Amino acid sequence: MDDLLREFLTETSESLDVVDIELLKLETDPNNRDILNSIFRLVHTIKGTCGFIGLVRLANLAHAAETLMDEFRNGRPVGGEAVGLILSSIDRIKDILAAIERNDGVEPEGSDEDLVALLEAEVARELPDIAFGAAPLAVEAPAPVPAPPAEERSLAPGEVSLDELERIFRQTEIEITLPARQVAPDKEAAPAQKRSDTPTADAGSVATQTIRVNVSTLEQLMTMVSELVLTRNQLLEIARRTEDGDYKVSLQRLSNVTGELQDVVMRTRMQPVGNAWQKLPRIVRDLAQELGKQIELEQYGADTELDRQLLDQIKDPLTHMVRNSADHGLETPETRRRAGKPEKGTIRLSAYHEGGHVIIEISDDGRGLDIARIKSKAIANGLCTEAEAARMSEAQLFRYIFHAGFSTAEAVTSVSGRGVGMDVVRCNIEAIGGTVDLRSKAGQGTTFIIKIPLTLAIVPALIVEASGERFALPQSVVLELVHIRPGSEHSIRRINGRPVLCLREQLLPIVELGGALGLREAGAKDALAAPASELIAVMNVGTLQFGVVVDAVSHTEEIVVKPLAAMLRHVAMISGSTILGDGRVIMIVDPNGLAQHAAAGSDKLGHTDAAHGAQAAHGDPKTSLLLLRAGPQGIKAVPLSLVTRLEELQAQDIEELDGRPVVQYRGALIPLVYAHAQVERRESGRQPLLIFSDGPRTIGLVVDEIVDIVETDLDFQLASGAPDVVGAAIINGIATEVLDVGHFMAAAFGDWSEVSRPVGTRHHRLLLVDDNLFYRSMLEPLLKGNGYAVTACRTGGEALELLNSRHDFVAVVSSIGMGEPAAGELDGFSLAEAIRNAPGRADLPIIGLATQSGPDLIERGRRVGFTDYVAKSDRSGLIAALNEFIRNDHREAA
Amino acid sequence: MTTQATPGDGDAKARQFVTARIGGQLFGLSIDAVNEVFVPEGITPVPLSAPEIEGVLNLRGRIVTMIDLRRLLHLGSETAASMAVGIESQGDAFGLMIDDVGDVLMLGDAERDTNPSNLDEDWARFVNGVYRLQEELLLLLDVERVLAGVGQGRAA
Repeated sequence: MDDLLREFLTETSESLDVVDIELLKLETDPNNRDILNSIFRLVHTIKGTCGFIGLVRLANLAHAAETLMDEFRNGRPVGGEAVGLILSSIDRIKDILAAIERNDGVEPEGSDEDLVALLEAEVARELPDIAFGAAPLAVEAPAPVPAPPAEERSLAPGEVSLDELERIFRQTEIEITLPARQVAPDKEAAPAQKRSDTPTADAGSVATQTIRVNVSTLEQLMTMVSELVLTRNQLLEIARRTEDGDYKVSLQRLSNVTGELQDVVMRTRMQPVGNAWQKLPRIVRDLAQELGKQIELEQYGADTELDRQLLDQIKDPLTHMVRNSADHGLETPETRRRAGKPEKGTIRLSAYHEGGHVIIEISDDGRGLDIARIKSKAIANGLCTEAEAARMSEAQLFRYIFHAGFSTAEAVTSVSGRGVGMDVVRCNIEAIGGTVDLRSKAGQGTTFIIKIPLTLAIVPALIVEASGERFALPQSVVLELVHIRPGSEHSIRRINGRPVLCLREQLLPIVELGGALGLREAGAKDALAAPASELIAVMNVGTLQFGVVVDAVSHTEEIVVKPLAAMLRHVAMISGSTILGDGRVIMIVDPNGLAQHAAAGSDKLGHTDAAHGAQAAHGDPKTSLLLLRAGPQGIKAVPLSLVTRLEELQAQDIEELDGRPVVQYRGALIPLVYAHAQVERRESGRQPLLIFSDGPRTIGLVVDEIVDIVETDLDFQLASGAPDVVGAAIINGIATEVLDVGHFMAAAFGDWSEVSRPVGTRHHRLLLVDDNLFYRSMLEPLLKGNGYAVTACRTGGEALELLNSRHDFVAVVSSIGMGEPAAGELDGFSLAEAIRNAPGRADLPIIGLATQSGPDLIERGRRVGFTDYVAKSDRSGLIAALNEFIRNDHREAA
Repeated sequence: MTTQATPGDGDAKARQFVTARIGGQLFGLSIDAVNEVFVPEGITPVPLSAPEIEGVLNLRGRIVTMIDLRRLLHLGSETAASMAVGIESQGDAFGLMIDDVGDVLMLGDAERDTNPSNLDEDWARFVNGVYRLQEELLLLLDVERVLAGVGQGRAA
């Protein structure tokens, strides 16, 4: 894309935003010629430039809109319909502009004949003769007559007829002579006055005082100033140590100037918050029309300044909240009248600074939140019990609206009520280190209060030390520092080996910073084994509070955040870096990463007891696991070999069958199962979907996010009581629950029976033989989860080789009805026979897995030497059988 | 024994290379890729990152990611690397840790040999040809491939 075009795109989209606002003003104040002229000028410029650059489609549309605008200038009364028409033209122009930007400067295919025709029809519509008294132009310049098609060729878009040209000249003359007239001072004074008495976003053109600077230039400036500040700090440090005072005055001066420079450069990143809500008047207007409500949008403090980067990030949440207020905050005019309120509802946006933060409030004078409905919904969603709800304060109950999937709107409208809104709003705001809260009073309205830091580039941080390195913890999440000493009121306790902090009435999980960052080597002293004296930073991330053990706390500092190279951005626990006063780079710890670590309880300290049990697992082949997120806590995994495909679920494709969600997949309906009760039910967009197939049966498992694929020794640390989890293993240093695919199959089809699992002893090694990868992958984790070491293989031949090469197998689990074995291969029966015929293996238990039952099959099985047989899907039966036979034969070996 | 191409003898296909020694082996980096050579000081390790990433440091206000070439090339490291070659890729600054930096050589494209087929697979990933100098062999290091290779060897 060439520079000219890029310049045009930026400029035009800015102009269009202004046109939006001006048009709305025009609608309420149709006789304001200043507004009319300024809109006309903007549209005219767009048209002219488009024609110049060769954007035919845009020029066409702008031309049609301009013609209608010109009519207004010539005295035609401004009506809501016509304004709507122009607004939709502007929208279309925006769409085309966006497409041009995407397509690298090429206009998208398509036609705007529909809109152009409407615009032309509006122009052609005969109006009752209303004279626009105050307009001298109306007399001098009659509306342009459509060019007689007879001899003249039709005009290309952007071209003007001679008549029109002449008229423009005449008008120009008038505009030039205007200053001489009496009108002139008014014309000049009007915008200035408007600025001072209305706090709305300033739409007038006062652009002469500004120049356009590339953002990267500003960033570069920022970097250099940071470096200057560092150098200054170093100089000051040296000056403190030496007595020689000759240069101290100059140094002081340098220091002051540097500080001022830093402030000014910081200010270049700042933009008025009004830029973020520039589009809101238009949205509110459209909503009001759509919903049949009367809504007034008031704006205060639009000039409050905020970091550019943050501004971008709050645009969407703000828009969402204003839509919410308009949709279910404000009542319909009748309801309001009955309640004794003015028919016109008010939404008020205000912004102001408060102690290093920017506060943005969105309030409406509507019906307020329905506390009873929130309560019942919270109980219905299982977020709290009835008794708990009864004890909660209103403020606590209100906060439930920020939970995922929570909407109290009675009906889902096109605007809101789908319950996917406020949790996203909260996430977006928290992502930039902000908070959101609300006040509400029944019948009087609701106010949302957003509090965000002034800038992301500089954040207050607590500098701490762990394992000999310094780290920065963002101070916004640090609640307090606790010093644990013998005899102090707080203490570290252990629950089932996991350290927890008893802080007043709370029990908080603890992570050790050095350990979480992988800095404490395995086998190093367990810092919390005998806590003599510990420093703990109590942090609050989202809804989780936890303690972070550090070695030392240094000081707090306003740090300049420096992003890391792309190849380091995936590092889970690190969110960025910063340069300290001594020039040294330190890492900024990602509180969310720590929170996950704390929530998963995977702190290695807690696993010392379990670790020694894992010995038998060494030498096992690695298992590929798909790591995913489902529900609020931690990482979950499924064996990759079980997954048939990874798909993306389109929210609108979900259908209901028999009250259960299904989706069409490759020409068949497959049931959808959610991997966790709290997996987000997205109402729009896409969501990751795992497809599992077992023969004819296929299910789709819906998860929140696919995280990674890892190869690991699947080494279960803990068996699980939960039916949907096989057990927990440490994967990449994080405790990970391995999901039981069988359970989800059962949930979908109802015939994979439930299992209760006693934990076996890890030293028993089983040989698992099945030619079906699905069963192998499913049974292996199940057996491992029950404490057996497992070697799996595909064929009878492989099984015999394995039995010959190692002698620690305590049992063989083999499929009986292995499919058609290849020539020279053994099926299950032949394998059993071969095992029994080998010396010393007469007693080795062989458990047969049958896909279909039948007396003849069982009989044949017994004959060739199967110890027992169970149905393949009967997993509890399999475990019971193993426990029984291994207890008989090998218990003493353990 | 071939003689080296004389610099500037009208061979338009000659290019300049910065030579660097890593674990005893001489490597050449295209001079276009190299921003500067500096002495790394104050490297901060990045927890949980790939083993080839030595850490990050502050070079005149920029955060530079330091790559341990010896680890990437599986060369022994009896002494600490003392120098670094500063390069830039996709907006990020990197420093490739080397033992020593040598002369800048002008070498003709025609003299370049392709990688010997028995070159260690780990090296073949990053090496883009060989020059036979009078004293020894010079391996051309492909900077982009080096960066792409960071963190890839972890699973193995």
